[in-house]
Amino acid sequence: MGVYETQGFKIDNGGKRVVVDPVCRIEGHMRVEVNLDSNNVIRNAVSTGTMWRGLEVILKGRDPRDAWAFTERICGVCTGTHALTSVRAVEDALGITIPENANSIRNIMQLNLQIHDHLVHFYHLHALDWVDVVSALKADPKKTSELAQSISSWPMSSPGYFRDIQNRLKKFVESGQLGPFMNGYWGNPAYKLPPEANLMAVTHYLEALDFQKEIVKIHTIFGGKNPHPNWLVGGMPCAINLDGVGAVGAINMERLNMVSKIINDSIEFIDKVYIPDVIAIASFYKDWLHGGGLSGQSVLAYGDVPDRANDYSAKNLLMPRGAIINGNLNEVHEVDHRDPQQIQEFVNHSWYKYPDESKGLHPWDGITEPNYVLGPNTKGTRTRIEALDEGAKYSWIKSPRWRGHAMEVGPLARYVIGYAQKKPEFKEPVDKLLKDLGLPLTAIFSTLGRTAARALEASWAAQKQKYFFDKLIANIKAGDTATANVEKWEPSKWPKDAKGVGFTEAPRGALGHWVRIKDTKIDNYQCVVPTTWNGSPRDSKGQIGAFEASLMNTPVAVADQPLEILRTIHSFDPCLACSTHVMSADGQEMATIKVR
Amino acid sequence: MVETFYEVLRRQGITRRSFLKFCSLTATSLGLGSAYAPRIAHALETKPRTPVIWLHGLECTCCSESFIRSAHPLTKDVVLSMLSLDYDDTLMAAAGHQAEAIIEEVKKKYKGNYIVAVEGNPPLNEDGMFCIHGGRPFVEVLKETVADAKAVIAWGACASWGCVQAAKPNPTRATPVHQVITDKPIVKVPGCPPIAEVMTGVVTYMLTFDRLPELDRQGRPKMFYGQRIHDKCYRRPHFDAGQFVEQWDDESARRGYCLYKMGCKGPTTYNACSTTRWNEGVSFPIQSGHGCIGCSEDGFWDKGSFYDRLTNIKEFGIEANADKVGGTAAAVAGAAVAAHAAVSALMRAKSGVQQKSEVK
Repeated sequence: MGVYETQGFKIDNGGKRVVVDPVCRIEGHMRVEVNLDSNNVIRNAVSTGTMWRGLEVILKGRDPRDAWAFTERICGVCTGTHALTSVRAVEDALGITIPENANSIRNIMQLNLQIHDHLVHFYHLHALDWVDVVSALKADPKKTSELAQSISSWPMSSPGYFRDIQNRLKKFVESGQLGPFMNGYWGNPAYKLPPEANLMAVTHYLEALDFQKEIVKIHTIFGGKNPHPNWLVGGMPCAINLDGVGAVGAINMERLNMVSKIINDSIEFIDKVYIPDVIAIASFYKDWLHGGGLSGQSVLAYGDVPDRANDYSAKNLLMPRGAIINGNLNEVHEVDHRDPQQIQEFVNHSWYKYPDESKGLHPWDGITEPNYVLGPNTKGTRTRIEALDEGAKYSWIKSPRWRGHAMEVGPLARYVIGYAQKKPEFKEPVDKLLKDLGLPLTAIFSTLGRTAARALEASWAAQKQKYFFDKLIANIKAGDTATANVEKWEPSKWPKDAKGVGFTEAPRGALGHWVRIKDTKIDNYQCVVPTTWNGSPRDSKGQIGAFEASLMNTPVAVADQPLEILRTIHSFDPCLACSTHVMSADGQEMATIKVR
Repeated sequence: MVETFYEVLRRQGITRRSFLKFCSLTATSLGLGSAYAPRIAHALETKPRTPVIWLHGLECTCCSESFIRSAHPLTKDVVLSMLSLDYDDTLMAAAGHQAEAIIEEVKKKYKGNYIVAVEGNPPLNEDGMFCIHGGRPFVEVLKETVADAKAVIAWGACASWGCVQAAKPNPTRATPVHQVITDKPIVKVPGCPPIAEVMTGVVTYMLTFDRLPELDRQGRPKMFYGQRIHDKCYRRPHFDAGQFVEQWDDESARRGYCLYKMGCKGPTTYNACSTTRWNEGVSFPIQSGHGCIGCSEDGFWDKGSFYDRLTNIKEFGIEANADKVGGTAAAVAGAAVAAHAAVSALMRAKSGVQQKSEVK
């Protein structure tokens, strides 16, 4: 490929090639290769999805009422969001409406996932890109306490508390068995926090690990378990019975009280621990505003969280919806999932085959035929890849495009769109955060911006969870306890042919499922997921995806330590099991796969 | 300076007296006599944390997510004090070469003394390249990593049976671990995912008693997978009384009647859901109104719709049929179980203690 320009980036695959495989602290399997120039600045980035499961072909011929359980297993990290997308797609196809209570419960569960996912992402998948665990050993517990108390009223902040944690950490490090912290990049000059901030963050890493298991109990109450709670086409399976015979085994006052407590505890933890930590960490990285990638030019959101049941129009969705292209924040385009010209997937650089690869295909007409071939400039062999050839096919991820544009999706995209739409709930927290940090608006188009938007969104979601809890109570009080609509439960009541689309905003971004039903069975099922958008390889025009764009022009402090690469890739919260299962087609069998 | 099992107990408020009592109880229950108590105490006081390498094949990471939900013990105590989670793509700080180097180091340094936990499974089609790890097929990495391990834990339905990617027509030829690894002891902990406390329960059992848990003939720990969900379901009296939910959200659903007619697979599913329950005992699928989908059973994706009523059980005389379906010996008389357990514990304890004396 040599040198070329795309989307305002100059791609140059000369210089030194660095390979990171596996990329850890993500969901699934992924590889990154970059080219560094003589100043160790990234001038070419190649991101590869390295797994493929073929879920949608497995769905063909199944009962559409079962699809939620299959698609839920696309991802156990964003557990539930695929299930919700699936029941929405099937309900859309079959013309099934759901009761208001089911809408409130689904929203509470979806928001609950956002909160849990964002919190676990920040502390357990992302924090170690900013926080030096070993440096925390040098911290003064008293000063750590002062720091913690200066930014938050969170009660667990005494010098003794931090000293205990530090001692435990010391013992752990001195044991020589470093467990998950082994071979980390400790001491790398790209770490900027003072020891006290590191100790505070490590302490909250452990606290958040304890707390996250509480958050998901809301899924357990309504869905029976977490990960992978149960859902239902037509509503929710959990019946409400407040004061009748058998109430003790249904959604009753005790269950609702538990939900309420968890909602309040979540609000407190986010506002007193998560948000202050993000601000504190950001204040030491204000000079490191790399990683913007496509966020300042092309972003996409489908919108989610319907206020009233059964209305998926933009005005009824509490999460923003729209598309921004060419960096023009003054124009937010409407998004139509059914328009064959808008969302299309390309496979020029993906390990799949189309009859005519010069064209993209809308998910209704998608074809997925695996075609694992490596380009002529690959280094290594078919089963021992040393360096990929990005001029050819190089990923198990397809390249989705919106009206031909590569797009970034996720919390930052949602906040940029909400900001552009001047929605106070999204604009005001961003303005306040920037003001507190003394940064201009352009600073949000960065790795840090992505991380901060996720934290703001967790806080927003926690408040909205409360909103829907109150709504649920009000509706029950008004005498409505329905949770499921069974009018069209029996397949005999379905049309012979039907097609539908369901969408959500998963924690990682815009998620859509497209389903076709024929003779009461799934005829075609197609998912286009957030990490397919963000992790997309190049297309026929050489346009790079959001991961690749975000790495461009980033300086790397130590060439053989991929700390900055991880920091930026992690800021997207990649989910590879989601992105790389995409598959199916109208009746295409997997005939090309050779069984060895 | 290693925090040993004993120190963990101390930190958690257990006295030395209780600890020694625990050791002599362990010795007696293993049939070793009280003379062995000091040796057990010594081993528990001094042994380094067992290294665990946690590999990921084709999966969805729900097993990892479940694992971190553990309430007793807390995940942080497991990771910081009970074992040494030296490699886990989902949580580890390192990536790329630095991550790969850890596998080599553990293999060398702890030859024969580390545990490999596998989440997900290897696909065998396309030369294994449907799951690439470090530029190579995952199946190669799995085989190499397991080569010097003491034992393998197969987490969840993926590693145990194949799970969703192995559902028909299994396009990637996703293959459960025991079909690829044939020369190591494997403990299957099925479920999609398994219950958090079942996962940490299995691990801590192995670390505490230095042996594998008693397994059924399909390789599952009997202590958690010995009975059907139906056997211990709190809605069982409604089944016996013929009180069933007839459609979603009907009066019977609100009263908590049996979900058998809504397709519940509890009568043929071996798991601890109806006793241990989920997320610190908050609920389990049936309690929250949806039937069991049978997620800990082999091939549960290909046994018809989750809403199809089971036709291979009878309302009475259920034992024989369900046993056939489950493929596991049904509960037999308590005395026989106890006698069997005692004999096998004694046999293992003898070899177990020999092993222990080799561990520093």
